[in-house]
Amino acid sequence: MIAALVAEYRKFFSTRLWWILAIVMVAYLAFIAGVFGFSLTVDTGADAQASNFLSPKEIAQSIYALTSPIGYVFPLIIGSLAVTSEFRHKTVTGSLLVEPRRSMLVVAKLVSSIPMGLAYGVLATVTVVAAGAPVLELVGDGAFLGDGDVIETLVLSVVVMALWTMMGVAFGTVLTNQVAAIVVVLAFTQLIEPIARVALGAFDATSEVSKYLPGAAADALLGSSFFSSFGGEGGGTDLLPQWGGAIVMVTYILVLAVVGRLTTFRRDIG
Amino acid sequence: MTSPAITVDRLTKRFGAVTAVDDLSFTVAPGRVTGFLGPNGSGKTTTLRMLLGLMQPTSGQAIVGERAYRDIRRPAQLVGAALEASSFHPGRTGLGHLRTLAPQVGVKDARCHEVLELVGLSGAKKRRVGGYSMGMRQRLGLATALLGDPSIIILDEPANGLDPQGIAWLRGLLRALAADGRTVLVSSHVLAEVQQSVDDVVVIGGGRLIHASTLLEFEELASRDVVVRTTDYQAVETLVRERGWSFDAQLDHHVVHDVAAAEIGAALFAAGLEVHQLADHGADLEAVFLRLTESSDAPTTQFTGSASAAPAAPPAPAAPPVDGTVAPPPPPAPPTTGGVA
Repeated sequence: MIAALVAEYRKFFSTRLWWILAIVMVAYLAFIAGVFGFSLTVDTGADAQASNFLSPKEIAQSIYALTSPIGYVFPLIIGSLAVTSEFRHKTVTGSLLVEPRRSMLVVAKLVSSIPMGLAYGVLATVTVVAAGAPVLELVGDGAFLGDGDVIETLVLSVVVMALWTMMGVAFGTVLTNQVAAIVVVLAFTQLIEPIARVALGAFDATSEVSKYLPGAAADALLGSSFFSSFGGEGGGTDLLPQWGGAIVMVTYILVLAVVGRLTTFRRDIG
Repeated sequence: MTSPAITVDRLTKRFGAVTAVDDLSFTVAPGRVTGFLGPNGSGKTTTLRMLLGLMQPTSGQAIVGERAYRDIRRPAQLVGAALEASSFHPGRTGLGHLRTLAPQVGVKDARCHEVLELVGLSGAKKRRVGGYSMGMRQRLGLATALLGDPSIIILDEPANGLDPQGIAWLRGLLRALAADGRTVLVSSHVLAEVQQSVDDVVVIGGGRLIHASTLLEFEELASRDVVVRTTDYQAVETLVRERGWSFDAQLDHHVVHDVAAAEIGAALFAAGLEVHQLADHGADLEAVFLRLTESSDAPTTQFTGSASAAPAAPPAPAAPPVDGTVAPPPPPAPPTTGGVA
């Protein structure tokens, strides 16, 4: 198992992907955190809606928790690429020649994605804080960086990013076509899930379902929802309890990984 | 060092309606180089992938050493394989590629440098594989196969994309590996590529075994051609006809089939003919290979096999033993036989 994990790290760090995606993620999150920092703190009159609902501390927490709801596309893509690039470049052949036990390959990819996800999570969270805190401090009512609740939000952000990375790996085992996987991840995170959460959350009958969407589960685990903070009415304000969010996320990961193991990873590699 | 052999036992693989490998059985002797030959699409790669646990056989089994590949612990130390020259991440360096495999092969990084040196890629190991030529990729594939210092080496079309020097180098490497007592199974669709380096041949066509023997026995299936150049073509032709030899008259020379050059030379000398060239072109194995594999691909065309060297073909259902020159076309209904006998 240790050999399999070392191999996964070598695969990951032997191409340029990891630092290119890290740079893009940092740039994107810094921009978004800065923008939201300004929009929530600078009083522009009519638009300053959220700041009427939220205390300065809650504003700070909302900004810091942006890592997952805005940035989750990155760990998903990084995780899925760990699997799909093996199929795209047919390196899976070599991987299975040195380790024919296919469950071992799937498990090694899942396990090795945890520290990688944590690392990206730390990087992403530090970025959001670095971009958001000065704005909150200078323009708003404080950065609240020493506050216990804020620290909890930051730690959970990192954990959630690791879970997203694992989910990306698990998703990649199901959909091994790299282009298709990226398109689906982008479409789902940028379009389908945000719309689904608002649309499903708008009706009592379906709002229950929206809680179980992966993004909603991540928000529940974080204890802060981008949609509930900024979405206004009908923004899917119902969330699962924190432990429920964790269970739903882990369930997604396990179900996807098992499905991938029993479908793609059982097939002939040709 | 006695390497275990490879045993392919009644192996069959169907993809939907297509039977890629059809009841194939053969063994690979230890310490020898075996050429696994067949035209493109004859099932070579599918067979090798089943052998290596990458594909699940529909029926039958493939044993490497003593067990199926998937049941071997740290298999890369027993079996080294290079399947296709394109299975590298283009953004990884040659060294980086080997380092991703080394932990599970069970070797240290030093071994990666060693095998790169062995295949002549030391100078390019820090370059990304995306910039490698086809020949360099083949070499990297070989390095990958050799990483675990295996006693069985399986190479799929390793000569593809190699220049003539590369092919000569590959021959030397295969011979050196066998001289170490290793078992080498090397597939090719071009007999000439491996002809000079194999001890045994296994020929398949249409997923079925056509021929399995030593190279020497295989060569006996071939006709031997002797080229004769003289000043007096008429006289040579008369002489050749008198002797009842089969021959082809070309513009400026004759090709005599299946007669030893010494015998022809003696006859020409006895007839007092001036000879400018008497060249034994040896056995035309390529022709045998083509003849064997063509008939397997198009079972309704005629067989022109020589019956004598009945190969270790599986009992071909309903295939009458073919004797002499031209067999009657088999009955149209069933897709018959790979059993050119």
